[in-house]
Amino acid sequence: LERVLKSTLVNGLLAAIMATLVLGACGKHDGAAKEGDVIKIGSVSPLTGPQAHLGKDNENGARLAVDEINAAGLVIGGKKMHIDLISEDDQADPKIATTVAQKLVDNGVVGVIGHLNSGATIPASTIYHNAGIPQISPSATAIAYTAQGYSTAFRVMTNDEQQGHVLGQYAVDKLGDKKIAIIDDRTAYGQGLADEFAKAAKAAGAEVVAREYTTDRSTDFMAILTSIKAKSPDLVFFGGMDPQAGPLTKQLKQLGIKAQVLGGDGMQTPEYIKLAGADAEGEIASNPGLTLDSMPGGKAFKDKFTARFGQIQNYAPYAYDAVYVLVDAMKRANSTDPAKYLPALKTTDYQGVTGHIRFDQKGDVTGGAVTLYQVKNGAWQPLETVQSK
Amino acid sequence: MDIFVQQIINGLVLGSVYALVALGYTMVYGILELINFAHGEVTMIGAMVSLTVISTLVGVGIDLPGVVIVLLGLLAAIPVCMGVGFTIERLAYRPLRNAPRLAPLITAIGVSIVLQNIAMLIWGRQYISFPPILPQGRHQILGATITDVQIAILLISVVLMFGLTLLVKKSRLGRAMRATAQSPQIAGLMGVNANTVISLTFILGSALAAVAGVMVSAYYGLAHYYMGFLLGLKAFSAAVLGGIGNLTGAVLGGLLLGVIESLGAGYIGGLTGGVLGSNYQDVFAFFILILVLMFRPSGLLGERVGERA
Repeated sequence: LERVLKSTLVNGLLAAIMATLVLGACGKHDGAAKEGDVIKIGSVSPLTGPQAHLGKDNENGARLAVDEINAAGLVIGGKKMHIDLISEDDQADPKIATTVAQKLVDNGVVGVIGHLNSGATIPASTIYHNAGIPQISPSATAIAYTAQGYSTAFRVMTNDEQQGHVLGQYAVDKLGDKKIAIIDDRTAYGQGLADEFAKAAKAAGAEVVAREYTTDRSTDFMAILTSIKAKSPDLVFFGGMDPQAGPLTKQLKQLGIKAQVLGGDGMQTPEYIKLAGADAEGEIASNPGLTLDSMPGGKAFKDKFTARFGQIQNYAPYAYDAVYVLVDAMKRANSTDPAKYLPALKTTDYQGVTGHIRFDQKGDVTGGAVTLYQVKNGAWQPLETVQSK
Repeated sequence: MDIFVQQIINGLVLGSVYALVALGYTMVYGILELINFAHGEVTMIGAMVSLTVISTLVGVGIDLPGVVIVLLGLLAAIPVCMGVGFTIERLAYRPLRNAPRLAPLITAIGVSIVLQNIAMLIWGRQYISFPPILPQGRHQILGATITDVQIAILLISVVLMFGLTLLVKKSRLGRAMRATAQSPQIAGLMGVNANTVISLTFILGSALAAVAGVMVSAYYGLAHYYMGFLLGLKAFSAAVLGGIGNLTGAVLGGLLLGVIESLGAGYIGGLTGGVLGSNYQDVFAFFILILVLMFRPSGLLGERVGERA
């Protein structure tokens, strides 16, 4: 019997491996190149799992840019080029992020737009760096991402240090909340933002009365909220994404906690309002950058995007800009060779949809504003935009 | 004190949902010794179908009380889930009934992934929110808050668990199920159609999963194609904790797991002086699970059963 079992097992495994190989081989290519040479650009975000809606949004942003560039015709080094966007799913999981990063490198991409989550972006950045492939994250905001000293790591969004700082000061100085409870989802992003927020809030004179944790897959927060209730805070800060922020707000109201909810860009989405329903009213969250309507090309982008893909979730304009920044550097360097266009990427000076994009030494976008929003009558309304240093 | 009571209430509500889903795992295991990993996904499909019906009814502006609309959603979800449960067994498990035990385990995982992806294609990657149509009443018990929805979840779970126990212990079908669990061959010789009994077991478990799915989405206010995975995993753990194959064990395991999680998340920070925070909530729950299994390998109420010949 053992031998039979073994051989069925082996056969089964072989079949499974073959199936994966076949499936993998016919991945998600953009169709064959029409004419001229092909530039392979990778796009990575979670396309399955709880954050799939945000991941698809990033991919759509990048795809819109790629299709526009292809339609307009791209000539680099005297040759007509066609961009092939290779989209991969990292499931917002650091382990899978490195696997797909390696897959993209092996596939011969010359640049990567991604990943979405800081927790996935950071481990993947090592692989891109070792391969010498430039990477622009549209949405990873953790400080650690660009603090590794990698010459290939860039981002087009303000980092958590700036955002957490603005949020901490706002909570204490503008809202006048002194007793603060903090919850984060233990991801590089959530934890990083919560830490920066805590630092700034303490510096401004607030007391952190509770520090609780959850995960980026949870939907039940009753237990941690109950222990927070005992500390009766004025404000509950959440470092994490909308799938958690929504139910968290709901359960907070359900338990009768009368505290302001404050969050970062992961919470400042239309999805949050849908999930929290009427309980979202009055809650505040920030988002790096300007409001879409006050972005230089925001209105035009919104029209183009919604006509094709529907509502913008959050980071699509950043993914869109990231593609243009990458292609802009290739054009200026007149080469698609990563080693040749990387220096050009460093000296980027590009007017995008989200703002004027320049990078500092580390690869962070310079300047950078943070806008605070509040839910009023079931929609996010901008409160104020704070220019960070 | 009121905080403690609140944590117990949180835990019991969470636990009764675990228990309902755990019953589905344990019933199938009891009869087939198969872990139906797709069971969590059946719960998800229940939530999705009911939400589609509820949203449509709310969307056309039908003038019915919220509770009635939710009940209509549930009535739509139950037959769909029954159908899904029946089909899963027919397509993925029955052809492998006499195959080595690992084979149906692998198809179970496969079915779970397939169902997730089908749900993603049908309902999209978005979270679907539950319309705020249910009564939002809050009541005070010993200083803790309990909502109408929580009370309803507790009551419905108790009634269903009681009903199921009665069915298995007293009815003709229940007797056939118990006989098939002991030995399908002998039960067959006594005139029990094992295939029918197994199909009915899947259908029954799936109906419970549909109810659990509707309750979870009403409670948390959302549904998502991925929601069945973690719920299924927790419910499976609850079934193992209570002793898989044992109905009372599944209920006990579910309630215990819910309460342990709540108390763990609520008190672990204070008890360890902030060294371990609420991020150790799941570690704590699984630590208890391992501890129980070390001393009682077949679970709290599980019987030690020899390997089937």
